[in-house]
Amino acid sequence: MTSLQIEIQLIASVVAIACALPGVFLVLRQMAMMSDAISHTVLLGIVIMFFLVGSLESPLLIVGATIMGVITVSLVEVLNRTKLVKQDAAIALVFPALFSVAVILISRFARGVHLDVDAVLLGELAFAPFDRLAFFGLDLPRALVVMGIVLAINITFIVLFFKELKLATFDSGLAAALGFSPALIHYGLMASVSITAVGAFDAVGSILVVALMVTPAAAAYLLTNDLKRMLWLSAVIGVISALGGYWMARWLDANIAGSMASITGLVFLIIFLGAPERGIIAVALRRSRQRWDFAQSMLTIHLLQHEGKPEAERESRSDHLVEHLRWLPDHAEKVIRYAERKGMIRRQSGQLLLTDAGRTLARQAMVH
Amino acid sequence: MDLLGLLHDLFFDYTLRTVALGVGVLGIVSGALGSFAMLRRQSLLGDAISHAALPGVVLAFMLTGSKSPIVLLLGAAVAGLVSTLIMIGINRYTRIKEDSALGIILSVFFGFGLLLLTFLQRNPDARQAGLNKFLFGQAATLLVEDVLVMSAFGGLALLLMLLFWKEFKLLTFDRDFGASLGYPMTLIEILVTILLVIAIVIGLQAVGVVLMSAMVVAPAAAARQWTNRLSLMVALASLFGALAGVSGALISSTGAGLSTGPVIVLCASAIVIISLLLAPNRGLLWHWLARLQNRRRLQTEQVLSNLYLLASQHAEPTYPHAAAALQVMGAKPESVLQSLKALAAEGFVQQAQNSHWALTPTGTQRAEQLVRQRNGA
Amino acid sequence: MTEQFAVEVTDLTVAYGEKPVLWDVDVMVPKGTLMAIVGPNGAGKTTLIKAILGLTSAAAGQVLIYGQPYREQRRLVGYVPQRGSVDWDFPTSVLDVVMMGRYGELGWFRRPGRKEREQALVALEKVGMVDYADRQISQLSGGQQQRTFLARALVQDAQVYFMDEPFQGVDATTERAIVMLLKELREAGRTVIVVHHDLQTVPEYFDWVTLLNVRCIACGPVADVFTDENLRLTYGGRVAFLSRNGAQPATAATLDAGATATGTPLTALSQR
Repeated sequence: MTSLQIEIQLIASVVAIACALPGVFLVLRQMAMMSDAISHTVLLGIVIMFFLVGSLESPLLIVGATIMGVITVSLVEVLNRTKLVKQDAAIALVFPALFSVAVILISRFARGVHLDVDAVLLGELAFAPFDRLAFFGLDLPRALVVMGIVLAINITFIVLFFKELKLATFDSGLAAALGFSPALIHYGLMASVSITAVGAFDAVGSILVVALMVTPAAAAYLLTNDLKRMLWLSAVIGVISALGGYWMARWLDANIAGSMASITGLVFLIIFLGAPERGIIAVALRRSRQRWDFAQSMLTIHLLQHEGKPEAERESRSDHLVEHLRWLPDHAEKVIRYAERKGMIRRQSGQLLLTDAGRTLARQAMVH
Repeated sequence: MDLLGLLHDLFFDYTLRTVALGVGVLGIVSGALGSFAMLRRQSLLGDAISHAALPGVVLAFMLTGSKSPIVLLLGAAVAGLVSTLIMIGINRYTRIKEDSALGIILSVFFGFGLLLLTFLQRNPDARQAGLNKFLFGQAATLLVEDVLVMSAFGGLALLLMLLFWKEFKLLTFDRDFGASLGYPMTLIEILVTILLVIAIVIGLQAVGVVLMSAMVVAPAAAARQWTNRLSLMVALASLFGALAGVSGALISSTGAGLSTGPVIVLCASAIVIISLLLAPNRGLLWHWLARLQNRRRLQTEQVLSNLYLLASQHAEPTYPHAAAALQVMGAKPESVLQSLKALAAEGFVQQAQNSHWALTPTGTQRAEQLVRQRNGA
Repeated sequence: MTEQFAVEVTDLTVAYGEKPVLWDVDVMVPKGTLMAIVGPNGAGKTTLIKAILGLTSAAAGQVLIYGQPYREQRRLVGYVPQRGSVDWDFPTSVLDVVMMGRYGELGWFRRPGRKEREQALVALEKVGMVDYADRQISQLSGGQQQRTFLARALVQDAQVYFMDEPFQGVDATTERAIVMLLKELREAGRTVIVVHHDLQTVPEYFDWVTLLNVRCIACGPVADVFTDENLRLTYGGRVAFLSRNGAQPATAATLDAGATATGTPLTALSQR
């Protein structure tokens, strides 16, 4: 692997982790689409800062973008609080308006400046290694430095405020009662999202920012109930998706960001299907098993209730089940075989008899 | 910017007329169908479907080799529909919530579209892929045939909406109740989504991906402020959508560097802001004025009662008192004079010499009435 | 033989995750009965109704309405969901909501017309809301919202009604009005099944009761089935109940729940 390739993959991984961390909280707080909104409105922040500062290189641009991200959230909040507009509608109203202002400002007053709106949305990772920066004596791609700093900020934020984030996410009432300010946490998180969006889209564009924030976190949500584990898993899934996407892009000679976004989707699909407990396949199997288990319980209970009594012989004939339990003959036969396989009953000269295990099962089911 | 000239151009300039018609149709259809999306709390679905349409467009081209608007439209529609079905699936079968599902669909589908597009062009740089038009629309280059296609599909969507009006109302208001009546609510949900997809897809050409979500929600959000009836709301939303579209087209035709899409969105946003402020009953200005009036009324009543209290220390109820005396009673000293003036205008008090005020006979009556009310009527 | 039952539920089992929410529930409700379903939170009461109406999928069980599978008898069934299940900010009027009750009869494509309007007004009259017909539903109080829902159910002219917590959060006047309405329905031979949260009023309002806590603890006439013993079994001993005839509370039964009844009877706790 050339150093170029290594650098690109390094950048991609850093971006993935930096995005995954705030992404987990966005998913848990049901604010995933804020990532989409903010990653579009930061453009306006950059444009305004650009007009104020006059240069595209200034780090103040990131500050402007971050502020705009927070403003976006505030505007949504204000709209929501009027009770005239629901929250999802508020988001859908605010960000296109702000984005339109940005686009118009650019095309009216900043023509010829290398502030491509396309670049904002799409980014281009392949070019990232060519834009270099000297950082503490090392010659590094600018994107790596920037994203590295962003990652450090995000990690610091989460580590410092882990308790508060956790509490505010799951029980904001309790958080407020305990003296934490859920609003501050909220805005802090949004600032984190903004910084990440700004830092990342030079390399990967806003669409991939959304993909990397939401999809790995959602996939992790299907795998665990533990917040810490969810954070780790999202980061890992994000990195896997990013690297996988990179190699697929190389193979197909296609856009890296698009490829990475697609792979996040693929990884999500795999987890969606196959996750233990919460994956679709697991759920379907469990439902099916529950149906058979229930039928089996019915059978054993029925047998137990008549066991040892004079009518036992009559009641435990398999054809009698059809009548008494109102099962169709096919179904009854399948249940009997299921119960036999599980060692709950055995057949003996046309009768069904309970095994000890079967008896225990029936007793347990009755008390339940 | 000569307004008359603009209006003249609107009717006689071929290009402007075509564009205006196109965005007008877009506004009507997205306004109407967006109303249902908004009421179902699926405002951001517009955003997601717009982004998700990209791979559909690219695939349609890849499979048919044709760039005809109908083909691309169908491709976009299929992609939009598939993405919605996946979203419904994620929502129903996992604990992942709707907003996350939207984010996943939006980014993954769009990314996939990017992948296909750059793969197709053998050029991994997305910026050269001509995505500009898809992202931002190219209303200014709408042709008559585009407008015809938009109108045909849009008209169909509106017709179906009218046909299934009560089913859509049922779905949006009380889905479980509808299911208990025997209606196949999932199918109805899919239908309303298909119509929304059509509305979005015909609009993509004009305003592009990023801004389409506003066109779905803004007219509806504005319309909601003016009426409490669904039928009127949908009609108003169509009107506002068309208004935003046409004014956007007009305004952007006047200046360089004003692309139509963003201007239309800003017009729509302006309509929303105006509606939020000015609409009767719900409007913020209305509430603010009502509250102000209330407060003023309470203040004047307070002043009147206080004057009565002071006066009741003397034999005559019409004994004049200094305004200053009133100012130390009651809550707001600054507004006492204002209140006194208002009371004078109603004939309840009159001014005696130098800033002394006295109750009139009618004022006395009124004050007594107030005191009775406060004490336990 | 099954014709005498308006509703027959057998073996109904619903499980979302690993644990069942409803297990092997059997409920037989005779025609012309006013029945309450009571149980602690999480006992599966709403799930029971939803499973009966096919709004939730069941792992096992079947539901018969007047002897036929539910799916073929929808016309005979009316549903009043919980008030909170709907967005009351929706742009529509009271009359409009009530007319929705006729949508089942109208079928596809047909719009409600004058006949439906009149039927709706009659129903609103019965619940005392006819003056509010054109009112926007967001302007209604809790009691008024509940009455609107009831009017919608009445207009369905069903034989069997399922109601989910119709007394939740309504004022005393509305509560009395609703009870009268339910009793009228019963006099007219309809069957009404109500998820109810207030144990205190069960004997007064209802003839039959189903005690539910994942399993059906008991189902039958209130006089027979609404006993301290059954209540303890249902609520796991967390309820201290005022005996109706002042009799001493029974000695504690050994239960899986492990809790025993308290010694001094006090007012029954309602479940919300």
